[in-house]
Amino acid sequence: MNKSNLDFSWLIKMAWRDAKASGKRLILFMASIVLGIAAVVSIQSFSKNLEDNIGLQSKALMGADYLIDTPQIPTETVQNIIDSLGPVAKEVSFASMAAFPSSGNNKLVQVRGIEGAYPIYGEFETIPVEASKSYQHEKGALVDATLMLQFDLKKGDSVKIGNTVFPISGSLKAAPGSNAFSATLAPPIILPFDEIEGTGLLQLGSRLNYNYYFQATPGLDIDALDQAIDPILDDENADFDSHHSVSQRLGSRYNNFAKFLNLVAFIALLLGCVGIASSVHIYIKEKLRAVAVLKCLGASRKQSFLIYLIQIAGLGLMGGLFGTLLGLGLQALFPLIIQDLLPFTVEITLQLMPVLMGIFLGLFMSVMFALLPLLSTWFVSPLQVLRVTEGNDSAGRKTSVLVILLIMAFIFLFSLWFLESWRYALGFVFAILVTFSILAAISYAFMWAVKKYFPHSWGFTARQSLLNLFRPNNQTMVLILAIGIGSFLISTLYFTKDILLSKASLEDSASNPNIILLDIQTDQKANVRRVIEEKDLQVLDNIPIITMRVHSINDVLANVIRQDTLSTRDKWIVNHEFRTTYRDTLIASETLLEGEWPVKRQPGDLIPISISDNLAENGQVGVGDTIVFNVQGVLMETRVAGIRTVDWQRMQLNFSVLFPKGILENAPQFTVMSTNAPDERISADLQQELVREFPNVSILDLRQLLTTVQGILDKISWVINFMAFFSIITGIIVLIGSVRTSKYQRIKESVLLRTLGAKSRQILKITFLEYFYLGILGTGIGILISLLASQLLAVFVFNSPFTPSWIPFLVLMPGLTVIVLLIGLSNSRAVLKSPPLEVLRKEAG
Amino acid sequence: MTKILKVSQLSKMYSSGSKNLTVLNDISFEVNAGATFSIVGPSGSGKTTLLGLCAGLDKAGAGSIELCGTALDSLNEDERALLRNKEVGFIFQDFQLLPTLTALENVSVPLELQGANDSKHKALQLLQKVGLEDRVHHYPSQLSGGEQQRVALARAFSTSPSILFADEPTGNLDEETGEKVIQLLFELNKEAGTTLIIVTHDLELAQRTQQILRLKGGKILSNETTKAA
Repeated sequence: MNKSNLDFSWLIKMAWRDAKASGKRLILFMASIVLGIAAVVSIQSFSKNLEDNIGLQSKALMGADYLIDTPQIPTETVQNIIDSLGPVAKEVSFASMAAFPSSGNNKLVQVRGIEGAYPIYGEFETIPVEASKSYQHEKGALVDATLMLQFDLKKGDSVKIGNTVFPISGSLKAAPGSNAFSATLAPPIILPFDEIEGTGLLQLGSRLNYNYYFQATPGLDIDALDQAIDPILDDENADFDSHHSVSQRLGSRYNNFAKFLNLVAFIALLLGCVGIASSVHIYIKEKLRAVAVLKCLGASRKQSFLIYLIQIAGLGLMGGLFGTLLGLGLQALFPLIIQDLLPFTVEITLQLMPVLMGIFLGLFMSVMFALLPLLSTWFVSPLQVLRVTEGNDSAGRKTSVLVILLIMAFIFLFSLWFLESWRYALGFVFAILVTFSILAAISYAFMWAVKKYFPHSWGFTARQSLLNLFRPNNQTMVLILAIGIGSFLISTLYFTKDILLSKASLEDSASNPNIILLDIQTDQKANVRRVIEEKDLQVLDNIPIITMRVHSINDVLANVIRQDTLSTRDKWIVNHEFRTTYRDTLIASETLLEGEWPVKRQPGDLIPISISDNLAENGQVGVGDTIVFNVQGVLMETRVAGIRTVDWQRMQLNFSVLFPKGILENAPQFTVMSTNAPDERISADLQQELVREFPNVSILDLRQLLTTVQGILDKISWVINFMAFFSIITGIIVLIGSVRTSKYQRIKESVLLRTLGAKSRQILKITFLEYFYLGILGTGIGILISLLASQLLAVFVFNSPFTPSWIPFLVLMPGLTVIVLLIGLSNSRAVLKSPPLEVLRKEAG
Repeated sequence: MTKILKVSQLSKMYSSGSKNLTVLNDISFEVNAGATFSIVGPSGSGKTTLLGLCAGLDKAGAGSIELCGTALDSLNEDERALLRNKEVGFIFQDFQLLPTLTALENVSVPLELQGANDSKHKALQLLQKVGLEDRVHHYPSQLSGGEQQRVALARAFSTSPSILFADEPTGNLDEETGEKVIQLLFELNKEAGTTLIIVTHDLELAQRTQQILRLKGGKILSNETTKAA
């Protein structure tokens, strides 16, 4: 027989023999990584499925191969392009109030007037099914299914849009271009295109959008067509959009979310790996005597090392397999959780890459993290059989440093793969190191402090429980790490949600608007004001809005900037339709940064304007630079006189561009007014009257909007909490693993105490106190670090004040501490129930 | 007569903090192949250290050891392990069975390390010889001390070693069991023609070997031939 074959099969045989007898403990090592792998695989696999679904459904998402959209009736040039390409369908859409006479309700909706064979791909899902076609000849409306339920509407009821009352032909369950997320803000109502004119809502100043849908002829290169005509369309305030770009946009949007979830999953995996490293450390320490015996009997260093390496690799492989299977099962739950945030149905198929990755990660991560403790089998001397020698080998230390570097490099490469940016990956590794280091340093400092300032005057049980924290083979550091990381993650997520919600909340005072009226035409201003004031309410804002686009910056035409691939100016500046206003003051959300405002304009001067700091930065524009705006066909030459910082987070109307008074008063414009309705009844009254008298005016009810925002945040935080849950459960498994690993040693001590006459109550109290210290310390530090992290997030990311909630301290800290206590106390049950000798004999086996 | 073990001017020091502790000082002796040899002395006299050095478990500080014709100084750790596997058997005071392996597996391991094809069969025969045929699938924790030491005996003889080192083989056993184990050890040794080196406190046991090396404070007090020779 070949010697090397014999060697390897013998090593496997030895690994198996040993594993068989160490079964329970090894299963816990494996369990440490199963959930981490499951989390990573489920996210990876779901992301891959999402990507595939977006690719496959991109046409159905748009409803066409490509479209041309414009916020006005197409100019002659645009119309010529549209005609030459032969559109299959066209659509006009806008936000408007809809009134439902049968229930007396009003609601801001997205009206979509459609003509032609739209959608070309996909379909309108309606109840009844035939309504998707019949609404056209019935001159009826398809109303969002949720809205139908909300207002108890049924087929045959009516909806009033502008001046026209439409019969409801059916309820709309799904439509290309709409998703549950946007439908929550403004649910869609589909009407025949020809009927829109009659509503009286297509007037100048209304915020309209026209879409022309096309079917590609065979062989047409859509991207080439995009490149050829998009610059012309841009000049004419129109845009080209293909189903490719829809899928890219959607893909990148969900990709960012998936990246974040991947990192949360990866943290769960890392936590599991810390558990493996710690459990293997204790496990191998107990095996060193056996390794020394093997060496005595003639096994080489390589053989002794490989026996345990194979054992860990086998467990890692199994962990990877189980984790992957669990992950594949879990991803089936994802569509249920986030379906509302997606504009399409996700079909789950088996993805090979995540499966291979899960198995590889299980094998590789467990081996890598076990390597450090495994190295001691290499360096243990056979002389240990006769007497214990201290393994103090500089070669061992060098190898350990190498292994640690290898681990760090792997974490970096893995995060780089997730985040696709070496800076973010370095940041992530740094953050992990800092968090782990803080937790490790605090637990070390705690052990040191307990040792240094040991309370000798305390009672026996209290002293014994403190001694347990720094005795040989203690689990203090690993338990504090596991508990700390878990609490850190959960409370950071909780605090972040708090920050987001507090930004979105409304101050409930009469001076803060909670109703915003959009699209008020100039001739309606006085009457709208009258209606508001008749209800004893106050008009808080009265802001004129004029739409315009950038024509040139410092004499460089917008089109040239668009096509200049070397230009570092952000392209959104020249593609964006700016909604501007005029006033000679700054408001509470604005601070002058540079230049001046208001400005006294000298005769012959260019029109002075004030721009926001982000516009100045992205457009690389400074004070004194010139910008020419195209104000609905009229070119206006302006000079930047001032730059302002703007707090965009405030719930009020903010502007990038501000004109002085006396310039735009006669330009086509609409007005936004706001008021504060003290309660829902007054708000409903006001809305009903406004809709009746001014059907073109859109009403944003901020109270309702906030409920919606809260609902969306709840859904998102549910997903994040779901992922954080993996970290917590992994933490608990690591905890069980760590406690079980040292069980024999602890039981021996407890039995010894019992033999010396300790009562059950005393043993129980020692264990209780020990795990109480660990639980409180781990969760406390975790939550405190998360406070710090949340404060940093609030200042640097959300730019918002942060008032921490007490919930993590009042719920999370005691909750996790109780779990730690239960696991710890379950360990001592055997000692308390059985005679000392029986316990020792059973546990040794 | 062939010399299976030659120890010449052997010394060993350990450092303890800033102090150097001489455990063995200028030790020289020889053991004939097939002989029985005992090392006796009080606690701390260096008996166990000497055994570890002679068996190649540790490196000498000064002097030389030649085991089965090979100078141990010239071998690295893995080469010494190979030499142990081929030529050396061990019996320890606290048995040192692998706790996760059954009695049968414990006896098989040295044979398997040699690549023997019939390791199981041979191990079974040896366990029968030591009277444990009905305990072959028991783990060490399921065996009594005497039974564990009998498994250790079977393991020590499994590879038919040239030399067997026994460190206080009865130290953890009661008198009656200890006597049975010693009888078995001498029987097996006689049958296999192995050189036997015993480290012991027990002078009665030492008298049953052909030669006694007395140590005190790391030095040889005497090296005498017994009546058993």
